[in-house]
Amino acid sequence: MSSTALLLWAKGPGFGIAAVLFALGTAERLMEILWLGRKADLARPRGQAAPQAARTLLARFLPAPGMLARAPVVHVGGYAFHLGLAVVVFLYAPHIALVRGLFHLGWAGLPGGVVDGVTALTLAAMLAVLAARLADPVKRLLSDAGDYFAWAVTFLPLLTGLLAVNRLLLPFQSMLALHLLSVELLLATFPATRLVHAVTFVLARSYTGAIAGRKGAHS
Amino acid sequence: MASTLPLTDILRAWGVSRRGFLKFCTGLTAAMALPPALAPRLAEALERARRPSVIWLSFQECTGCTESLTRAASPSIEQLILSVISLDYHHTLQAAAGRAAEDDRRRAMRDNAGKYLLVVDGSVPLGNPGFSTIAGIANRDMLAETAAGAAAVIAVGSCAAFGGLPAAAPNPTGAVAVGDLVKDRPVVNIPGCPPIPVAITGVLAHYLAFGRLPELDALGRPLAFYGEAIHDRCTRRAFYDKGLFAQGFDDEGARQGWCLFGLGCKGPTTFNACATLKWNGGVSFPIQSGHPCLGCAQPSFWDAGSFYAPLSEPLDTPQRLAVAAAAGGAVLGAAAGATAVAARRRAAAARQPVTLDDLEVKK
Repeated sequence: MSSTALLLWAKGPGFGIAAVLFALGTAERLMEILWLGRKADLARPRGQAAPQAARTLLARFLPAPGMLARAPVVHVGGYAFHLGLAVVVFLYAPHIALVRGLFHLGWAGLPGGVVDGVTALTLAAMLAVLAARLADPVKRLLSDAGDYFAWAVTFLPLLTGLLAVNRLLLPFQSMLALHLLSVELLLATFPATRLVHAVTFVLARSYTGAIAGRKGAHS
Repeated sequence: MASTLPLTDILRAWGVSRRGFLKFCTGLTAAMALPPALAPRLAEALERARRPSVIWLSFQECTGCTESLTRAASPSIEQLILSVISLDYHHTLQAAAGRAAEDDRRRAMRDNAGKYLLVVDGSVPLGNPGFSTIAGIANRDMLAETAAGAAAVIAVGSCAAFGGLPAAAPNPTGAVAVGDLVKDRPVVNIPGCPPIPVAITGVLAHYLAFGRLPELDALGRPLAFYGEAIHDRCTRRAFYDKGLFAQGFDDEGARQGWCLFGLGCKGPTTFNACATLKWNGGVSFPIQSGHPCLGCAQPSFWDAGSFYAPLSEPLDTPQRLAVAAAAGGAVLGAAAGATAVAARRRAAAARQPVTLDDLEVKK
């Protein structure tokens, strides 16, 4: 298959398949969680559930007291990787053009050089958190293939995107096709892997906060 | 017929001075991206060169490629080259027609067997021999007959190089590129719709001067003209790097000359020399003039989605399909959740509480 045919497949049927799997799987996961609900708490409430749900949802964006000092690589690397990923995905002009084309929504992007730099930092942060995971015997024991798979399918789109934009390793068209295919792999596997936490964290945190809040505990 | 006179004698008779000839060689060296030190060697080689015979076949095409070549700016390398080659057969340019024209072609093939250059524009229909014929000869047969004795084949234009518009889906004539049929002769692709004139004549001149074809890329295109993406040499590249994009043909960004990526520019994936050599004697090229690149020098450019959709946009917009998938997923999720809840209720109903009696050790 030529690089042109590969690119056209990735932009055509490949994207369609990935979008369908992503939408179907994510909706299924969310609906299943919502339908299951939580076990009824028959005890008399000692506090309010809703405010604590909202508070926990936001408070968990910050590191737990003392954890930053105990695990600096995981925390700094984790923040850098998640923020960097958000910048690259949502503030790179070609990505905004994609959103504009699909949903007729648009916003200002960042200069290409800035996004390039952020991508490089994000990749470095991802490598650092992976190294920290492998170096720690407890984390290594807790990790399974699903963790490494989720890491890889997040790492690959960033890497191929950086290589494509800077015309490295392969001709641009080939690398762009690989970039799109790697993004499609991420989309297609998103609902069935730990990547789905990007959506389900809202339910998990708010449930936890609501349960604790009803019992009178504060986030 | 091919002349035996050296090129310099022909040029002198044509009124080209020694200075003009050297200027031509320097220009050609620059256009071919050859090292400047090669200019004297090129001049020396061209001085010794003989007039090569060129047979030009036109199949499923629009004559745009010939227009591009013959309407090149004046005075130009194109005109010089056209004057020094022996163009023995070309439907549009030759005076002869019908059997006389075919006799000219066969005579040129016989007299220059193994030495002539074959230039082809247009794709070849394989669906039915009658789809495109010349003097009753199917394109496929004429190509096979003429290519057999050629030193090399030059596929001019995207139709000859990659199938082009005739091969666009659903490809009703079964059109294929020249390179799909000619396997035993070197084939050089000079794509574009049309190609830049200097790219056509540059290859001819390179062959004329050095007796061999220029270095090619993976798609058989001369690297000198197709080695860089238009995006990398684009006059609007600085705006792309700054993240400044026109979103409409008449918005403020368009008036300010911002990047046309958002309007569908295919410059990042298109390899051609438009941004450096430009058109109409170096006046401008499409992007500079305010229109996004269509990517015409790339294979399947006609089937690569809308000309006006950004490169990062998918070919199809699967929103409806995705919404339907999400609805289906929601139903599946609800069913899975309901099943789990029902199982939980059944388990609760069937639960047999453990009593102290159960825990006591029976004696």
